[in-house]
Amino acid sequence: MSTAITSISDQPRFDCRDAYVATLADLAQSDHRIVGVVNDSVGSSKLDAFKKAFPDRLINVGIAEQDMVGVAAGLANGGRIPFVSAASCFLTARALEQIKADVAYSNRNVKLCGMSPGMAYGELGPTHHSIEDIAWLRAIHNITIIVPADPIETAAAMRWAAATEGPAFIRVSRMGVPAIYEDDYKFVPGRAITVRDGDDVTIISNGTVLWRSLAAAEKLAEEGISARVISMPAVKPLDVDAVIAAARETKGIVTAEEATSVGGLGGAVAETVVQNHPTRVTILGVPEFAVTGSAGFLLDRYGMSPEGIADAARALAVR
Amino acid sequence: MTALSTEHATMPVLGRLAPYATREETIAHIAEAARQIRIQDLKLVHYAGAGHIGGDFSAIDVLATLYGAVLNIAPETVDDPERDRFILSKGHVAGALYTTLAAFGFLEVAELATFLKPLSRLNGHPNRNKVPGVEANTGPLGHGLPIAVGHALSAKLDVSRRRTYVLTGDGELQEGSNWEAMMAASQHELDSLTVIVDRNRLQQGATTRETNDLDPLDQKAAAFGFAVVEVNGHDHGELFDVLSSAPFRPGKPTFVIAHTHKGHPISFMSNNVAWHHKVPNDGQFAQALDELESAAAPTAHDRTVS
Repeated sequence: MSTAITSISDQPRFDCRDAYVATLADLAQSDHRIVGVVNDSVGSSKLDAFKKAFPDRLINVGIAEQDMVGVAAGLANGGRIPFVSAASCFLTARALEQIKADVAYSNRNVKLCGMSPGMAYGELGPTHHSIEDIAWLRAIHNITIIVPADPIETAAAMRWAAATEGPAFIRVSRMGVPAIYEDDYKFVPGRAITVRDGDDVTIISNGTVLWRSLAAAEKLAEEGISARVISMPAVKPLDVDAVIAAARETKGIVTAEEATSVGGLGGAVAETVVQNHPTRVTILGVPEFAVTGSAGFLLDRYGMSPEGIADAARALAVR
Repeated sequence: MTALSTEHATMPVLGRLAPYATREETIAHIAEAARQIRIQDLKLVHYAGAGHIGGDFSAIDVLATLYGAVLNIAPETVDDPERDRFILSKGHVAGALYTTLAAFGFLEVAELATFLKPLSRLNGHPNRNKVPGVEANTGPLGHGLPIAVGHALSAKLDVSRRRTYVLTGDGELQEGSNWEAMMAASQHELDSLTVIVDRNRLQQGATTRETNDLDPLDQKAAAFGFAVVEVNGHDHGELFDVLSSAPFRPGKPTFVIAHTHKGHPISFMSNNVAWHHKVPNDGQFAQALDELESAAAPTAHDRTVS
């Protein structure tokens, strides 16, 4: 009980979209090639200030996602660096073929930013949830997939993407998350970060579930269970070495993400473990079209409260 | 049947005429280029045993006009940021595009002999990362027009005079993404954009009218904010005049309806839905080749730029 005062669960929460818009404006200020592309999503992407500062450089194609991604590919053909900002559910589902052919296969320098991903739209229901985005995009070659866990990591991922030629997908969370990283954090694709060391069991997570995983590790520590928490911001390319080391050095791996339990971070970790160092893996994710509820409620319901993650990890640690 | 080999890839490299060529010389040059491209493409499809010859032959006059006399692009400046862009939205006529690129020096003619072969960069649909002169990896229909709109937007942001041309099929316009893009092109007043529709009125297995009728296409495009021009898509003079004169209305993108026939001008292929991706047998090949080779020889192109 006495440790609660310093728990990550009690830290102030931030909407990563605020870091997104501040970073985009900053990047646009220093690089004229940067443009925003939206599908009427100026407000939901919080881009009103950007529009005022750079009226010509926020291109609104209207409610037309296929066109939006094709237009971004064409802008990149003309030397621009488009940051496409749209609700992740519509961006990835409706324009999936454009993402595959016009961006990834054509190797265009387009940055796809999935706003309000996962179950951020909560009670609006599964039509507006984007739990499939990671699994869909992971099946497409030549696109880096980044799921930042806090505002610092969101900004770092954007700076990396702006400076690196090629397709990228960045999930920009809406549901509040506590600050996890320091200001000097640098995103490196294919590099995991051990945010808490431990040797009994490993929890691999990212996005909105990373702080919940850290909170789970705090609870396990109170019971004498030492849980390693690995932050895996890049689902692709995955830090294969970190996964293999966790498989080798701890008794099992729990993955936890705000996404379907099929084909996302959990799938990537399981594929790596099975082919390199088989061990027990528990995949936490969303196993159905979600019931009605807020994003936080739904994460708790699907086993990703700090207690739920701790339960899954404990089951592996004590076997 | 003999397999495709270098002895079947022997078309002349035609290049571009010097800028001081007269209109008549230019049109004769385009006509001869189109004839040579058809002969070469016929050989590719026949010997490779695959391809989309119907759509190839309906589009070749547009391609020859663009590359032969309209586009500001050249093999030696294929990456120039200020080049004009041509996007082939109907990516399944890749054979016609490769042959056209070879005719104007972007590809070695001999490489055409690798068409569709294992490990060839000349895939059934074009790949911009492998083939010089290709701007987008097209194939799924309805992708080219949005990409063209994006490029035209970039030119506008850059205050550049570079132009954007996109060739779509007509059946392809059944894809909604085209109409999304047309709304955006009009909203952003992209008058450097020219959309060319290969209006052959046939899709894979039926007429467009039987399938999902596009008419009145001119009125639809006008309602979407385009300046609409209709041409005979096999008349090099009309194509040259229209494609080199766009835009026709300040602030309006251009929509060229090029009336064509699939399989043109081969007697037994023309306007015949069976020739969407049929491969001519030996007898059909010989007849088609004879028809193309006996076509009136146009003016000698002695002013070709090397």
